[in-house]
Amino acid sequence: MEVKNLVKIFGDFYALRSVSLQIAIGECVAIFGPNGAGKTTFLRILSAISRPTSGEIFIQGQRLSEAALSIHRQLGVIGHQSFLYDDLTAEENLLFYARLYDVPHPTNRIQEVLAEVGLRERGGDRVRAFSRGMQQRLAIARAMLHNPSLLFLDEPYTGLDQHAASMLTAWLSKLRSERRTIILVTHDLEQGLALADRVVIFLRGKVAWEKPAGEISRETLRQVYFDLVAGLHGGRL
Amino acid sequence: MSGLRKLFILVWKDLLAEFRAKEMLSSMLMFALIVVVVFNFTFDPGSGATKEAGPGILWVAFTFAGVLGLHRSLIHEVERGCLHGLMLAPVDRGVIFLGKAIGNAIFIFLIELPTFLLFSIFFNIDFWKGLDKLAVIFFLGTIGFAAVGTLLSAISVNTRTREIMLPILLFPIEVPVILSAVNATASALAGQNWNAISGWLKILAGFDLIFLLVCFVTFEYVLEE
Repeated sequence: MEVKNLVKIFGDFYALRSVSLQIAIGECVAIFGPNGAGKTTFLRILSAISRPTSGEIFIQGQRLSEAALSIHRQLGVIGHQSFLYDDLTAEENLLFYARLYDVPHPTNRIQEVLAEVGLRERGGDRVRAFSRGMQQRLAIARAMLHNPSLLFLDEPYTGLDQHAASMLTAWLSKLRSERRTIILVTHDLEQGLALADRVVIFLRGKVAWEKPAGEISRETLRQVYFDLVAGLHGGRL
Repeated sequence: MSGLRKLFILVWKDLLAEFRAKEMLSSMLMFALIVVVVFNFTFDPGSGATKEAGPGILWVAFTFAGVLGLHRSLIHEVERGCLHGLMLAPVDRGVIFLGKAIGNAIFIFLIELPTFLLFSIFFNIDFWKGLDKLAVIFFLGTIGFAAVGTLLSAISVNTRTREIMLPILLFPIEVPVILSAVNATASALAGQNWNAISGWLKILAGFDLIFLLVCFVTFEYVLEE
């Protein structure tokens, strides 16, 4: 994946200022940054649900703007919201997405992913009746459904209980071992560092710092992050 | 073929969710029926004034209830980020538009039937002779209304004053549809033949074709921004 000089302007606010980044197939990149740094905007543009003001994105050699449909077929996204319909059951939600993604043998696949996220017994219940953590688990099942090779995760741990969080970590570790390409946006420096091959810090819509995860300790990452953010706030945190 | 299958899936989802919740249809129907009942108190059934105002009353009920439905249908998509879920799926955004528009049109059709029956009873109207013409008029009028309404509700749903914004944007554009539908309905209820309403039907069909095409093409840009 190659991102070249990505710029996004909302009115007179620069959400992204000439961001360039290369991500290899099978690489896991963790993106950190304070609120408003442009992380979510970056993921939205990479997912082709928002247009950049300027700049280019190539995924697997294809220009994103020209091949969005084929890229979406390989893309799984877990975002701030679950993308689930409250009045449909868990199974109906998954069946809806399975059909949109042309998942072969959708009924079997739905039972598989429901079992993986520990919701097999609740498949016939409406999503409205689910707790926040259960909805997030179902959102993970939705993202897994079509077996994507590319994953964008925006704060995936938000709202998860301990059990669900460890389940997500196990799933991400499995995906990493299968060499899937992952972009993980998180505020949790330790979690991100533990999972990623490379860490990137966004500040004011720019890549302020990046380093391979193997070359940096937790303490150093914490120090660099807080120094950068403190600089942003004129030395005050 | 795949696009058609996905279109069916999108419509199926909207219908299933609504028949479970019964939120949107019930509020649309209540609103439409209240409009007819309130106007019933104003006019003397069977009088000349009723015949003149009747088609307008009917389309006021359809369109205002329709706005309620259009507004709710997009709110449901935005509430849990489902619209983003759709945008991330390998589905042409024009197909997403058609799916939403067809779903909205079906909901409006479903409230038109009981509203029209109540209207005929209250206003003492014999509609049997013009039923075939009325079916065509309601079909064309509703398609045009739902097509433009779906696009504009996708625009207004992200604004702070979305409840007000949708009718403000929608009704000026829908003037040709409402004007043609009201006049054609008046002619059909008066027992006139196809020739008398063909001009209005042509306007309705032309509007539907043009705006279905425009909305199909522009929906992608509306969603992305």
